[in-house]
Amino acid sequence: MQGTVDSTPVVTGHEVAAHEEHQDLRVLGLITFLASEFLMFAGFFAVFLVFRGSHVQWPPEETEVELLLPAVNTLILVSSSWVINLGTKAIKKNDLAGMRKWFGITAAMGAIFLAGQVYEYMNLGYGLKTNLFSNCFYLTTGFHGAHVFIGLVLILGVLWRSRRANHYNDITHTGPEMAEIYWHFVDVVWIVLFSLIYLLTLI
Amino acid sequence: MAQADISIKPTELQGGHGHPDKWKWYDYFTFNVDHKVIGIQYLVTSFLFYLVGGFMAVLMRTELATPNSDFLSPELYNAFLTNHGTIMIFLWIVPAAIGGFGNYLIPLMIGARDMAFPKLNALAFWLNPPAGLLLAASFFLGGGAQSGWTSYPPLSEITANLPQTLWCVTLIMVGTSSILGSVNFLVTIWKMRVPSMAWDQMPLFCWAMVATSVLALFATPVLAAAMVLLLFDINFGTSFFKPDAGGNVVVYQHLFWFYSHPAVYLMILPIFGIMSEVIPVHARKPIFGYKAIAYSSLTICLVGLFVWVHHMFTSGTAPWMRIFFTISTLIVAVPTGIKIFSWVATLWGGKIRYTTAMLFAVGLLSMFVFGGLSGVTLGAAPFDIHVHDTYYVVGHFHYVLYGGSVFGIYSGIYHWFPKITGRMLNEPLGKVHFVLTFIGTIITFTPMHNLGMQGMPRRVAMYDPQFAHLNQLVTVGAYILAVSVIPFYFNVIWSWMKGKEAGPNPWNAMTMEWTTDSPPIIENWEVLPVLTHGPYAYGMERADEVGPAGEPLPTSRP
Ligand code: HEM
Ligand SMILES: [Cu+2]
Repeated sequence: MQGTVDSTPVVTGHEVAAHEEHQDLRVLGLITFLASEFLMFAGFFAVFLVFRGSHVQWPPEETEVELLLPAVNTLILVSSSWVINLGTKAIKKNDLAGMRKWFGITAAMGAIFLAGQVYEYMNLGYGLKTNLFSNCFYLTTGFHGAHVFIGLVLILGVLWRSRRANHYNDITHTGPEMAEIYWHFVDVVWIVLFSLIYLLTLI
Repeated sequence: MAQADISIKPTELQGGHGHPDKWKWYDYFTFNVDHKVIGIQYLVTSFLFYLVGGFMAVLMRTELATPNSDFLSPELYNAFLTNHGTIMIFLWIVPAAIGGFGNYLIPLMIGARDMAFPKLNALAFWLNPPAGLLLAASFFLGGGAQSGWTSYPPLSEITANLPQTLWCVTLIMVGTSSILGSVNFLVTIWKMRVPSMAWDQMPLFCWAMVATSVLALFATPVLAAAMVLLLFDINFGTSFFKPDAGGNVVVYQHLFWFYSHPAVYLMILPIFGIMSEVIPVHARKPIFGYKAIAYSSLTICLVGLFVWVHHMFTSGTAPWMRIFFTISTLIVAVPTGIKIFSWVATLWGGKIRYTTAMLFAVGLLSMFVFGGLSGVTLGAAPFDIHVHDTYYVVGHFHYVLYGGSVFGIYSGIYHWFPKITGRMLNEPLGKVHFVLTFIGTIITFTPMHNLGMQGMPRRVAMYDPQFAHLNQLVTVGAYILAVSVIPFYFNVIWSWMKGKEAGPNPWNAMTMEWTTDSPPIIENWEVLPVLTHGPYAYGMERADEVGPAGEPLPTSRP
């Protein structure tokens, strides 16, 4: 565990404060990290937009995107962000069973999203190398998919750890909280991605 | 002389902890989470890489002693050129200045027992040695990357594919390390200061590290994106940067410089922090303009994110962009100038002690002003178009990187070596080191400006015979610099074993790291210190009641 300072028994009021702070720090660290991570996606998006702006036909003819499946996928991912929030709300009220239920549902939704993504890949009829658009398409969605996968692993990790009695409760719940934040991040990136790569083709 | 006066607050007494009292030598080769061990690990590895990068430079200068290619094959020359730059930036200055000094000093300066995320910190360090090994491996698996530290496509995509791939992976690794490190610095400085230390009582080094970390957080991921795209282009048949398939090479340049201009500030901001610590201590005066220095770091960080196109004035850049980025570039010089004037004003009327640390700091001032001025000339697009990709640019960045960053790292080592090891460095030997370095720097890097203005291109192994004389001078300078490191490394090794005992506070400094033993005990203090005076309250009456900028402290701080 990433600790602030001490492994000493908690004695004074000051020490207690320090202990609670240490819980927050990991959340803070994660948010800082994700702010940075977001800029990597921003780099990919910027590249995509530059190419879009400098090509007459974008996407080129034989590489149109599928819209229906990704739209359904978007709905699933966005609503899963809300579901996972129910999970952390539950644990904050010391409702472990509730948390496990909502986290389980979130994990299932994430898995469906990934499966949908793979299905989409298999039915598009073009690959990574086909042209510049497909380069951007597979790279960006693939990187996002990898992040969804990591988020899924985090959620499953939380579920796994929650088997231990009193591992998470209304006071200690940094793990679920961090999984939730990460999941929202994945969601936000997807919303931008979906707007740029899919919705913009409608204009 | 004012001694740091730290009173003890009994409620903060810590119980016994299950650590040994001191680390053994082999602890430094393990996944240790103590910030001091990690700081030393960063410093020692980066000083080793410095030798490797320096060795390559000497070989290149030997080749350039004559106009013809008679010592290194052109391919080998390119490989040394590329890896010299990459090592010096990513495995020497960045890990030494940020990882080394940052990790070692920040918790000590703010009264914390460790960084916020010690394990993450160790992980960040341990990404560096394998990254270096990858670069070394690239020499044996295809002769090393050939396309310069900037690795512009198309060159980087058509030469030495496997080494170039390894190069990309190296950069992704050191970049990840730098992001993880920055997360740690920010959270630590933000949340782990002793309760008695307000933001404006923090040593200026910590402010500099805040600015550095923010820059690293925002810029490095964009470099990672560029590296991923380059990697895919080389290995997986994509065509992001292949113009014949609709790709665009200038896009790479934008991504690269969006990181790499801020990267030059990553390399100088921590050095500015070191300057702001060393100068007041050895001038025995409060720092002049605490707030001006602190906020100018943040300004540099902010404006520095919007100047990157000054590296691309000749890349077909639109005129309006040239004008915009000329202006923004010249604006960055303002906060930099504020710092310079503040340091000069701190020296003014001080009781200056000419220690080696101080000599390097003052040497840095003069060198950096010169390098900053040539930077301003380059920032003006009309002039830059004339000298872009010539030795003038090489002269500029070596003045700021060698005369700035390297001088600053030296200064910091002479200043904090007693804290880190508990022993003093030998001063006479230090002065020999300084004189050799100072003279070597001037002889090596000044003639490069002339060469550039006469039209000698950079990144060449052969050149027109008309440039031969100045090039010989440069090569002589390079040999002097090569010799200059001998007294230094000898001094460090010898003093570490046999130097004079330093005691907790040999310089009579006032920042918190000097209130504990040298070297500090494992969790830094038996009892956490309480701040009773600002970090630079030198030579003032009732120094313990005065804040950093000279104003009195409110009696109770939260
Ligand atoms: C007053 C501040 C500075 C200004 C206005 C400035 C301006 C510039 C400009 C316009 C260039 C591009 C020249 C060209 O390629 O044609 C340049 C190159 C460079 N500068 Fe600076 N600079 C400043 C400070 C620094 C500092 C502090 C560092 C590092 C510590 C630095 C490192 C570099 C490097 C490494 C390059 C060469 C990049 C390459 O092409 O390989 N500069 N500078
Ligand atoms: Cu620049």
